Amino acid sequence: MEPIFLKPNSLRDVNTHYCAGCGHGIVHRLIAETVDDMGLRERVIGIAPVGCAVLAYDYWDFDVTEAAHGRVPAVATGIKRSRPENIVFGYQGDGDLAAIGTAEIIHAANRGENITIIFVNNSVYGMTGGQMAPTTMLKQKTSTTQSGREQKLHGFPLKACELLSVLPGVVYAERVSVHSPQNVLKARRAIKKAFQVQLDEKGFSIVEVLSQCPTYTGLSPKESVKWVGEEMTKQFPLGIFK
Amino acid sequence: MREDIIFAGFGGQGIMFMGKAVSYTAMNEGKFVTWMPSYGAEVRGGTAHSMVIISDSSIASPVVREPTICVAMNKPSFDKFEGRIKERGLMVINSSLVESRVKREDIEVLKVPATDMAFKLGNPRVSNMIMLGALLAVKDFLRLEALREAVTELIPKSRKDLLAINKEAISQGYEYCSR
Amino acid sequence: MKKVLMCGNEVLAESAIMAGCRFYAGYPITPQNEIPAYMSRRMPEVGGVFIQAESEISAVNMVFGASLTGARAMTSSSSPGISLKQEGISYLAGCELPAVIVNIMRGGPGLGNIAPSQSDYFQATRGGGHGDYRQIVLAPASLQEIVDLTTLAFDLADSYRMPVMILGDGLLGQMMEPVVLADSVERIAYSAKKDWILDGCKGRKPRIIKSLLLGNGELEQFNERLQKKYNEIKNKEVRCEILHGEDSKLMLVAYGTVSRICRKVVKTLREEGKKVGLVRPVSLWPFPEKELRALTGNVERFLTVEMSCGQMVEDVKLGIECKKPVHFYGRSGGGVPTEEEIIKEIEKIMY
Repeated sequence: MEPIFLKPNSLRDVNTHYCAGCGHGIVHRLIAETVDDMGLRERVIGIAPVGCAVLAYDYWDFDVTEAAHGRVPAVATGIKRSRPENIVFGYQGDGDLAAIGTAEIIHAANRGENITIIFVNNSVYGMTGGQMAPTTMLKQKTSTTQSGREQKLHGFPLKACELLSVLPGVVYAERVSVHSPQNVLKARRAIKKAFQVQLDEKGFSIVEVLSQCPTYTGLSPKESVKWVGEEMTKQFPLGIFK
Repeated sequence: MREDIIFAGFGGQGIMFMGKAVSYTAMNEGKFVTWMPSYGAEVRGGTAHSMVIISDSSIASPVVREPTICVAMNKPSFDKFEGRIKERGLMVINSSLVESRVKREDIEVLKVPATDMAFKLGNPRVSNMIMLGALLAVKDFLRLEALREAVTELIPKSRKDLLAINKEAISQGYEYCSR
Repeated sequence: MKKVLMCGNEVLAESAIMAGCRFYAGYPITPQNEIPAYMSRRMPEVGGVFIQAESEISAVNMVFGASLTGARAMTSSSSPGISLKQEGISYLAGCELPAVIVNIMRGGPGLGNIAPSQSDYFQATRGGGHGDYRQIVLAPASLQEIVDLTTLAFDLADSYRMPVMILGDGLLGQMMEPVVLADSVERIAYSAKKDWILDGCKGRKPRIIKSLLLGNGELEQFNERLQKKYNEIKNKEVRCEILHGEDSKLMLVAYGTVSRICRKVVKTLREEGKKVGLVRPVSLWPFPEKELRALTGNVERFLTVEMSCGQMVEDVKLGIECKKPVHFYGRSGGGVPTEEEIIKEIEKIMY
């Protein structure tokens, strides 16, 4: 018997702490696969954010550090400028990148830092218990928007990819999703392309990944992928922005 | 010996450079010296000054409260520091720009039309060096030649064209007060 | 060796480069602007990195990133900016990363003013950020001492793997006085192997640098280890200068700029036959507690002089375990105490 599907070398053999149906595990795996495919395991340095994915280093089997909330792009800048020969990527959630870390992401992008950011947008805060994210959809209920997000009170869902793509320092910005197998494959291609941009020393690359949080959208895993595909993609259209 | 000096004037009159030139000279002459500028918002739009202390023994604080010498390059500086000069201290006034009468009777006053003299030399920006030459003519705490050498070292290589006129300004200031 | 006339901020920047600092990130704030300006010019010349960050928060996090790759890294700011860096300093401590942070203090609270001050003593020595951590704090009193202490700061940061702060004030940063500098920039002493850095897991197991410790008892164990390290530092790294410890009846305690003025006061009063001395802490943390306590035999009273409303005075009281009265004289908001003021204060207390 010959195995036809294996665990990537860059992924540790451990149990997941993520909730059933959560998209983070898929994105972790896509990164690990890409790192393996491109032969980067011994060159890569990852940065975990504050949020559910802070424990990313429990899964990846390569060098990883962790940044204060929102500061991933600044830490990535420090690493990459000191060691340009390493491949540096930051993993950020929606609170990390689009709320507390807006200054860091915009300026790292605007400087055209030769780093890669994987931005997981699941529309809600997971680790702290289901509060509104900057990317929470209008009318979406969270523990801090209990009757649904209202624009007048909470503003609009923030479109990070669109915002960043206008900056001249950004070379590649694409929004993908992991709500279906087909989309997962597309997401994998996008992540690979982003790493390639860095390898080619072209500048800043970002992949925004729409992902599902069944726990805090109050949906079953099955319903939640449907919701991402049918609802979230209306507010956050998929595609290449740059 | 010890001199507590304040150099004051408009931005652009080379106030900081004047202080640096004197400090550098003092350092080369083996003296203890401190230089302290006015900085930040304090210098926007108004009067800039630097404080220089030259001494034979170590200097505690670089802050000059009661100067023994004040070089006032413009009217606001004259107004600001006239009252602060130590009894029997010296005020060197740029009389081209300061017409005010000196109220203090317990200080020595030296008037030098530095800006007019600098214009005649062909560059109003060397009025600072005229003042330094004049100062050393009446107070010989530093050698004139040492000042010339320090200025030669301080003027960056890219501006060596300005060296001759600066040295000439020092000489003219000195001669003006030696007469 | 060459004798130069530079301002304190520039001396500090050049000393950092001579100590092997090859990464600097900062954000402009008066009165330390000469540091980033100097670094922007010098870093490219020595193959180092200079970044003007978008904020002090970002700058300290860039230093965090550079440090974890093994670079000798530094950031600098002044009081309000140092408040913003506290988050990053706590993370540096939590991840046991070396870094040098420079605070050229100005008056506070709030925006305060830009005049020299020593009112960030509490913040510096207690750790203004969250958590059970310490940072080594060094307080130079002259430009020549800036040279020595900057080198020391990088060495201590590397050997204990922790943030070290150089605490100066606007006066020290802005003033010039002659300084002797080494001729070349060859002193890169930190090649001491850093076997913990992240540089890609080639030929070794992957490493993780983090401060999140969720396991049962894990954080407590880590904190105990930190405390052990801090105790070692308390035993080994106290630095202070004592003038006339043998016979002083009144002992001044002052650091940095103020200690210069107190030194003069001691000289003046000694010439009058008055038994006055000076303790000048060079390391503010660890604080010279034992050194002060050893003086409580002949010293009848202590007078702490600061450019603040009274911060280090608490450490003096703790240090001598309140065995003798501790008096305080301070100026704040940009006031610099004069010799005359201090002598007047001494006369009130003793003579």
